[in-house]
Amino acid sequence: MFDNVNLQQLIFGRFTLDQIPYHEPILIGTFAGVAVVGLAVLATITYFRFWGPLWRDWVTSIDHKKIGIMYCIFALIMLLRGFADALMMRAQQSIAFGDQQGFLPPHHYDQIFTAHGMIMIFFVAMPFVTGLMNFAVPLQIGARDVAFPFLNNFSFWMTVSGGMLVMVSLFIGEFSRATWLAYPPLSGAAMSPGVGVDYYIWALQIAGVGTTLSGINLIATIVKMRAPGLTMMKLPIFVWSSLCTNILIVAAFPILTAVLVLLSLDRYLGFHFFTNDLGGNSMLYFNLIWIWGHPEVYILILPAFGVFSEITSTFCGKRLFGYTSMVYALVVITILAYLVWLHHFFTMGSGADVNSFFGITTMIISIPTGAKIFNWMFTMYRGRIRFEVPMMWVVAFIVTFVIGGMTGVLLAVPPADFVLHNSLFLIAHFHNVIIGGVLFGMFAGVTFWFPKAFGFKLDEFWGKMSLGFWVTGFYVAFMPLYVLGLMGVTRRMQHFDDPSLQPWFMVAAFGAVLIACGIGSQIMMFVVSIRRREELRDLTGDPWGGRTLEWSTSSPPPDYNFAFTPVVHDSDAWWDMKARGFSRPTGGYQPIHMPKNTATGAILAALSFICGFAMVWYIWWLAALSFVALIVTAIVHTFNYDREYYIPAETVSREEAKRMRELELA
Amino acid sequence: MMHTDTAPPGTAAPVFYVTDEEGHHSEGSTMLGFWLYLMSDCLIFATLFATYGVLGRNYAAGPSQKDLFDLTGIAVNTAMLLFSSITYGFAMLEMDKDNQRRTQLWLAVTGLFGVAFVALEIREFVHLFHEGAPPWRSAFLSSFYTLVSTHGLHVSFGILWLVTLMIQVQKYGLVAANKRRLMCLSMFWHFLDLIWIGVFTVVYLIGVLE
Repeated sequence: MFDNVNLQQLIFGRFTLDQIPYHEPILIGTFAGVAVVGLAVLATITYFRFWGPLWRDWVTSIDHKKIGIMYCIFALIMLLRGFADALMMRAQQSIAFGDQQGFLPPHHYDQIFTAHGMIMIFFVAMPFVTGLMNFAVPLQIGARDVAFPFLNNFSFWMTVSGGMLVMVSLFIGEFSRATWLAYPPLSGAAMSPGVGVDYYIWALQIAGVGTTLSGINLIATIVKMRAPGLTMMKLPIFVWSSLCTNILIVAAFPILTAVLVLLSLDRYLGFHFFTNDLGGNSMLYFNLIWIWGHPEVYILILPAFGVFSEITSTFCGKRLFGYTSMVYALVVITILAYLVWLHHFFTMGSGADVNSFFGITTMIISIPTGAKIFNWMFTMYRGRIRFEVPMMWVVAFIVTFVIGGMTGVLLAVPPADFVLHNSLFLIAHFHNVIIGGVLFGMFAGVTFWFPKAFGFKLDEFWGKMSLGFWVTGFYVAFMPLYVLGLMGVTRRMQHFDDPSLQPWFMVAAFGAVLIACGIGSQIMMFVVSIRRREELRDLTGDPWGGRTLEWSTSSPPPDYNFAFTPVVHDSDAWWDMKARGFSRPTGGYQPIHMPKNTATGAILAALSFICGFAMVWYIWWLAALSFVALIVTAIVHTFNYDREYYIPAETVSREEAKRMRELELA
Repeated sequence: MMHTDTAPPGTAAPVFYVTDEEGHHSEGSTMLGFWLYLMSDCLIFATLFATYGVLGRNYAAGPSQKDLFDLTGIAVNTAMLLFSSITYGFAMLEMDKDNQRRTQLWLAVTGLFGVAFVALEIREFVHLFHEGAPPWRSAFLSSFYTLVSTHGLHVSFGILWLVTLMIQVQKYGLVAANKRRLMCLSMFWHFLDLIWIGVFTVVYLIGVLE
């Protein structure tokens, strides 16, 4: 009877040694590079004896500031991966004409554009946004941490776990070739029998748990943990935008989870949700995924709007123009985000009535967005504008985003969309708003809050270099794509027959090189700033003349953020405190109640990674084992009732005395 | 008590910080957070209901609702779940009176009703398989099994949680943390009841009576 049991399949599932792509030189080169860098990092950590602190102060940390910083670092690392994909695509498209096939075969090229889109959205933009919210929101509302600090740590490690699963697919097996949203029937078992789509599904499911929980966490934080006096209409705009974003997360990500479960059931158990036979309907997938997908766009852009609002009022030395209209615009965008999903597939053929409804709702969104643009410009009008690097990003954003917004309104017209659907015009449009909006916003936010997180400013010269390269690089790379799109060139092409298109693609490739210089400058900016940190040191905790509460504490803030919980009287609370002669308390400190660090989050995420990997490769015993281990670990965690401790008053007193000395030096 | 040192006492000086505080937010935050989680879960069910709504008539020449469902069996099943909600309510009433023994008793009864519900559901599925109606037979059956078994998995998870909580109540008593947890499970349990009423109506009643 043992003849029927294939021992190798029982142990390794469908994994065999052929699945390691050692015949692909690009992947082997990448692997060598990753291995060298990885070993160097490990060696450095060992050399500086950093393992202990790394584990105690970072991996197991439930401090929202550290988790926020780790999210941003993770996003920057994944940006390098996603951008490497972009460079390869631009290079391929600039040479593959006529007889020239370029250096990427279709099989590989399709994996690259899928990975690029998926990584940039889920593992660059999302962690960036979540990182900034995590870092700044509790500080801005005068809280000591988020509502559920352990969940916060768990969410972060789940996001990392998902990202790692995508990275592993580079070297073990392959990644999905079914586009960044895994459209069926292409992503179904019949058309994509390999492991690629399964890597995609499990990476997103694992990271999605983290995203949903962090959304719940931040909503509860903003609703329940505001400092006394901080009523809703006094919240800093970044907090408002975070609230709207997290509401969108909680109301959208479950749909992604559900639709990916349905796709998994099709693939693993032969169900018929999206198949072409036995009653399945693939357009159902398109609808469901975009009911998540369109709110996702606003999940990314709203926090960027919040960052721009904070920076504009800070660097213009003025209260934000039209605060109330800003809040209402955010709320209206949040609601409308759910009423436009069908504009992603007008060509489905749902008829003129349906298409006009979604076309009109899409155009209506530009009204609150336009109001915000005018509010920023009116804030600048007659302000004392200081053109430091964060403010420069704001100006670059306003110009670039308006162009992207207008091409978006153009695409919202259904007849125009029938011509431009799936063309490079669309590619240019959404890169225009995501790079010009989200990414510029995140870079502005990093430059703005870096001194708060680390106690020194970022180097200005390299900051300006990166801004210059990014902005020009963006225009050179994507304006040709608008032109090509209008000429009817479609997306996702590995090869072109018409050689007259080549010059446009070569210009676009040059733009990608300029962006590469921008990323290089950013790396230089961090290196130079860390080396010059003593010159760039800020002892005041308020290097920009800030207006909101995060600038009232030291940089970096102590574990407990505020020795005394602030009381707020004005929407620009810290500005108000400075204007009315606030003086720092010097005594009367009390013990502060804080949550304890825990390793459970990291352990659960590691088990999820193993479980996901085992599911991808059909290693059922390992999947079952790690799933049981997950449940057991979670249950054991609930038996720990001793999760909080007090920071003694003496420690607070010592920290605050140090802070006073720094302020005198400053 | 609030206090400031910006001005001598007696003048109407602004108060910029709290000197004496109660830093406990966890109580209220947990309830709100759990509500938000339930709403997110509700959206998963909404997606599955919508999927059933779209695909529920795609029989692919296979069996339909009328051929498969036995309303009497489902009525018994529904009764089990509704009774379990009532008994959970009794457990919470006893919890409010700090009567640990009776709380545990009602929780155990709730768990048994839950187990009965899951067992009956599994029996129904086995029966359907024998009738030649597995989930891969048609889109209708795919969406039916997914919706109903997602609910069943939630109930099973609820039972596991219930057992864990009973052990914790036994071990640590009805302390504040345990009361909060019982409250969360209570919301979860009633929420599943509500979802089941939707399933019962949309899938079974409309399916058979229409």
